[in-house]
Amino acid sequence: MFRPIAVLTLSSLLLASCQRETQVERANREKILLVGNGDDPKALDPHLVTGVIEHNVIRAVLEGLVADDPEKDTGYPPGAATSWEHNADFTEWTFHLRPGATWSDGAPLTAHDFEFSYHRNLHPDLAAPYAEMLYFIKNAEAFNKGEIKDFKEVGVAVPDDYTLKLTLREPVSYLPGVTRHYSWFPVPKHVVLQFGKMTDRFTKWTEPGNMVSNGPFVLKEWKLNNRLEVTRNPRYWDAANVKLNGIRFIPIENFYSETRAYLAGQIHTGYQVPPDLVDKLKAERPAELHQEPYVGSQFVRLNTTKPGLDNPKVRMALSLALDRKALCDAILKGYQPADSLTPQMGDYKPDPVVGFDPERARKLLAEAGFPEGRGFPRYSLLIRSSGARTTAEALQAMWKQHLGVLIDIQAKDFGSYISAQQSLNFDMAAAGWVGDYLDPSTFLLMWTEGNGNNNTGWSSKTFEGLLNDAAHQADPAQRLDKFKQAELLLMNEQPIIPFAWQARNYLQRPEVGGWHPLLLDNHPWKAVSIDTP
Amino acid sequence: MFKNLLNRFLQAVLVLFVLFTATFFLVKALPGGPFQSEKAIPQHIRARMEEQYGLKKSLPEQYVIMLKNFITGNPGVSTRLEGREVTEVVAQAFPVSLQLGLVAMFVAVTIGIPAGCLAAAKKNSLIDTGSMTVAMIGICLPSFVTGPLLAEYFGRNLHWFPAMGWSTVNPSTWILPAITLGLAYAAYISRLTRAGMLDTLSQDFVRTARAKGVPGLQIVFRHCLRGGLIPAVAYLGPAFAGIISGSVVIETVFQIPGLGRHFIKAIESRDAGMIMAPVLLFGSLVIAANFVTDLLTLWLNPRLRKSS
Repeated sequence: MFRPIAVLTLSSLLLASCQRETQVERANREKILLVGNGDDPKALDPHLVTGVIEHNVIRAVLEGLVADDPEKDTGYPPGAATSWEHNADFTEWTFHLRPGATWSDGAPLTAHDFEFSYHRNLHPDLAAPYAEMLYFIKNAEAFNKGEIKDFKEVGVAVPDDYTLKLTLREPVSYLPGVTRHYSWFPVPKHVVLQFGKMTDRFTKWTEPGNMVSNGPFVLKEWKLNNRLEVTRNPRYWDAANVKLNGIRFIPIENFYSETRAYLAGQIHTGYQVPPDLVDKLKAERPAELHQEPYVGSQFVRLNTTKPGLDNPKVRMALSLALDRKALCDAILKGYQPADSLTPQMGDYKPDPVVGFDPERARKLLAEAGFPEGRGFPRYSLLIRSSGARTTAEALQAMWKQHLGVLIDIQAKDFGSYISAQQSLNFDMAAAGWVGDYLDPSTFLLMWTEGNGNNNTGWSSKTFEGLLNDAAHQADPAQRLDKFKQAELLLMNEQPIIPFAWQARNYLQRPEVGGWHPLLLDNHPWKAVSIDTP
Repeated sequence: MFKNLLNRFLQAVLVLFVLFTATFFLVKALPGGPFQSEKAIPQHIRARMEEQYGLKKSLPEQYVIMLKNFITGNPGVSTRLEGREVTEVVAQAFPVSLQLGLVAMFVAVTIGIPAGCLAAAKKNSLIDTGSMTVAMIGICLPSFVTGPLLAEYFGRNLHWFPAMGWSTVNPSTWILPAITLGLAYAAYISRLTRAGMLDTLSQDFVRTARAKGVPGLQIVFRHCLRGGLIPAVAYLGPAFAGIISGSVVIETVFQIPGLGRHFIKAIESRDAGMIMAPVLLFGSLVIAANFVTDLLTLWLNPRLRKSS
C-alpha cells in the first residue's frame, strides 16, 4: 500500500533535480522569447479577429505596408512597402512595394495580394468584424454594406505588380499609421484560395503547416490554451536583422499566475501585473517592472435616457466628485488621472475639463434638484463580474462621500454586461476604450448617433458637425483643432465620465533588448533581442 | 443482467437527452449572443455572421439541427474560436483534463485510503487525530488557496516544479496541479475509509480473529479492507467525474489547457456548441462513473450482489 507513495516521492525528487535550468535560461540559449500573452488568440486570420491578443501574434507573422518603429510611435519605417507618397490633400496615396519580396513559401508578394486582402476583408460575404478599419478607402463602406457590387469601384488600384494606389473618401494625413493595424495586412492569395473560396470563413489556411506569411516569423506550432510558437522566417526581406530565433506566446489569463510564472523563470515578459502587486514589485524588482503609458481610457458610461442622468448638471456633478488622483495612486497603479477622454497622442492634447472639485459638484447637484444628494435616484454601476470591483467600490465611496448619493454595484458576466449596455438596460457602466491607431478620431467617432459603441443614448448634431468638419479638413493642425472643439463639447456634456488614462504594468527580464515604451504597445518583434553574455 | 444493463443504458440516453435540451434552452435564454465584444461589430456584419453560423433560424430549428449534429457526432464549429471544429477543441483539451484527473485520482487514493486505514487501526491515537485533522483541513481548504500556495512555494521559491504550464510528456508539470486537485478528494476518501473500516472492525468476525491472535495489521488489511472500502468506493465514481469536470480553478491557476477553461470561456461568449459538448461529455462521465461504482460496490459486497 505504501509502495506507490514511496515511488511517487522518489520520482518527484528525481524530477525536482531536473528542474535546475529554468525555462527562461533554456530559452536564452535558444534565443526564443517567452511571452505571457494574456489569452489564446481566437484565430490568426487577420480578417476574422478584433483583439489585442491576436494582434500581438499576427504582427509577428504578417507585415503591413508600413512597419512599427521600435522606439517612436510616430516613426514609420518601411514594411512591405519601401516608400509611399500622397497628393496635396491626402486623399490619394501610392505605396511602392518591395521588389523581390516573397511569402514564406517563396511565392512573390505583390500588390495583388494587398488588393485581394482588401477585397476579402470588405466583402460582405466574409463578414469581417473589423472591416470598418478600411472605410477610409473610397466606396469601401458601400461595398462592405452591399450597396455596390463591383470591387473596381472601391478606391484600390494596382497599376503594376509593385504599386498599390489607394483613393480615400476624405483626407487622411495619418494613413501610414492606420495601415499598421492588422486589418490592413496582406493575406497570401494563393494559399487562401488553395483552402477555399475568398469569402469562406471556416478554412484551414491559418493552421500550422498551412499558414504562409510575410512577417519576420512563421507559425510553427499552436496548442490551444497551451502555447503558440513562431519561428524565424528565412525568406523575410529583413531576415538578417531579426534577432530572435522564435517567440513562444503563452496564454496566461490569470495575472497572478503570470506573475508567479515570471518570478519562477518561466517567461521573459508578461501581459499585466495585478495592481495590488505593483508596489511590492516596484520595491523588489524596480528594473524589471515597467509602467508605460498606453493609448486607452477608463470611463463610466452613463445612460442619458434615464431620468436624472438626462441632466448634464447631474452628469458633471458625478464627474467632478471623483478624486482621480487618489484613485490612480491607490488602485489604478501607473494609470494617470484623466482630465478629458482622449489621452495625449502626438500633437493632440485635449483641453482639460474634468477634475476633482467636490464643491462645484455639490452645487451642480443642488441646481439639478438634489441638494446634498436628497431625492437622488438609486442608480447602479454595472461592472463585469471578472472586472475591477475595487475601482467600482472606490467610485461608489467617492460619490457617497462627496455628493451623499448611494450607487449600487451590479456585476454581470461578459455577455450580459455587453448586452445590457447595447440595449441601454443599465444606469451607469464602468468601461474602457483602447485606440486602434494614434489619432483622436479613434476615441471620438464612437460617440456619434447610432454608433454601436456609443451606448449612452447621447448624441449631438453640433458634435457630429465638428467631427465632419475635421474629417474633410486637409490641414492636419486645423483638423486637430476641430477635434479639440468636438471633445470639449463632449466633455461639457459628460455622457461619459473619464477617470483614468491607461498604462501598461508588466514585468520584463533585463536580458530582453530592443523594447521601448510605445503608446500603442506594438513592439516590432524583429527588433527584440535576448542579450545574454 | 442484460435487462439491467439495457435499462441503465436507456436511462443514460434519457438523462443525456434531458441534459442536452435543458442546456440548449438555458444557453439561448442568456442575454446577448455569441458576437458580443467590447468594440461592437457593425449591425450589417453581425447579421451576416449570424446567418453564417445558422443563428438566424428559429429556436426550434436551431435545436433540431444541433441535436442532429450531436447525434451524428459532428457538433459543428465554435463561434468564439472563429469556426474551429468543436470536436477538434475537445480532442485537444479533454485528454489533458482526463490525464490530470487520473493523476489527481491516483494522488487522492494513494493518500486517502492508507490514511483512513491507519486512522481506523489506531483509533483515538495521535495518528488518528492527526490524520483526521489534516483531512479536515484538506476538505476545508479550497483549491484556489492550496494551488497558489503550492505553486508559490514549490514552483517559485524552491524551483522544484514548474509554477505553471502543462506538458503531456513532462511529469514534473503534473505534480503540483495533481496534488492540489487530489488533496481535497484524499481528505474525503480518508474519512470515508476510516468510517468504513471502523464499522467493519466492530464486526463479530474481527473480535473472533483478535481472540485467535491474528495480528492487528493483518486484520485490517486482509480481513477488513474489502468491506471497509465500500463507502470510499461508492464515493470514487462521482469523485472521479467531479475531478475531471471540476478542475477549472486548477486549470486557471496552473495554466493547464484542459476542457474546463474552454467551457467557462464558452459560457461567457455564448458559444452554444462549445458549451453543449463538455456538458454532454461530463454528463456521460458521471453516468459511466456511477455505473462502474455500482459494479465495484456489488463486487465488494456479496450481500448486495445477492439482493440485486
